[in-house]
Amino acid sequence: MTFEKFLFYLFAAVLVFAATMVITRRNPVHAVLFLVLAFFNAAGLWMLMEAEFLAIALVLVYVGAVMVLFLFVVMMLDIDVAVMRAGFIRYLPLGLLISAAVVLEMFLVVGPKQFGLEHFPAPAPAAAGYANTEVLGQVLYTVYMYPFEIAAVILLVAIIAAIGLTLRRRPETKYQNPSRQVRVRRADRVRLVHMEPEK
Amino acid sequence: MIALSDYLILGAILFSLSLAGIFLNRKNVLILLMCIELMLLAVNMNFVAFSHFRGDVAGQVFVFFILTVAAAEAAIGLAILVVLFRNRRTIDVEELDALKG
Repeated sequence: MTFEKFLFYLFAAVLVFAATMVITRRNPVHAVLFLVLAFFNAAGLWMLMEAEFLAIALVLVYVGAVMVLFLFVVMMLDIDVAVMRAGFIRYLPLGLLISAAVVLEMFLVVGPKQFGLEHFPAPAPAAAGYANTEVLGQVLYTVYMYPFEIAAVILLVAIIAAIGLTLRRRPETKYQNPSRQVRVRRADRVRLVHMEPEK
Repeated sequence: MIALSDYLILGAILFSLSLAGIFLNRKNVLILLMCIELMLLAVNMNFVAFSHFRGDVAGQVFVFFILTVAAAEAAIGLAILVVLFRNRRTIDVEELDALKG
């Protein structure tokens, strides 16, 4: 067994273990942390496939941003874990049956008989000067220019939607209204009173 | 050497595990969202594997876009979840029956 193969089986085993833990843990915080472990191992596997940029992006974007967001929401919401677990045992046989059927069918379709080494031989390792990020960038900014810009618009929409959904104005809290502050005239605030001086 | 089918089978196992997770945790919306993230990871695994074995970088570009859309989806999904919890004090799917569907 070569070192590469050993790494593949190590990462794959930990990945499947972490995925199993994500769906079976009682505590949602533990589930999020196991999901982080799963993403780290997936990044390792992508590194084995010479997709370095995406592996780093997975760790930075997913573990660094999305999973932290999940963790914040999990800790913010006050969830009754025991109630959430009701029905777990009841649906266990059905879930196992369906997932086993999916794995079996997928194995028959994408198994070694169709996608083995004799049909898709392993590509030669990339040369020493090969930069995955450079190759990806050259395609991304030429051929996929418009999809790239649309992706930026999607992110902008996501920012505005997330803020718009969660923003709330409480009537009892005091806050400044800048537009009213700017629009105010002198006549609204100051009243000059003419008085006769007292003798 | 590691064959393409190894990566594809790993993706299939991941996908079916997250499918089972949707069946098992059908009350907790938070875990459902996490299972969807896991499913997208399985899909991305297949994209990267095909990209590597076919020598075509287009698969990795697609993974890039899937990551972008998944991040946007997670952000909006969690925002909806927070608003839901603020209004109903629960994230149990079975209690969200205001539409009487």
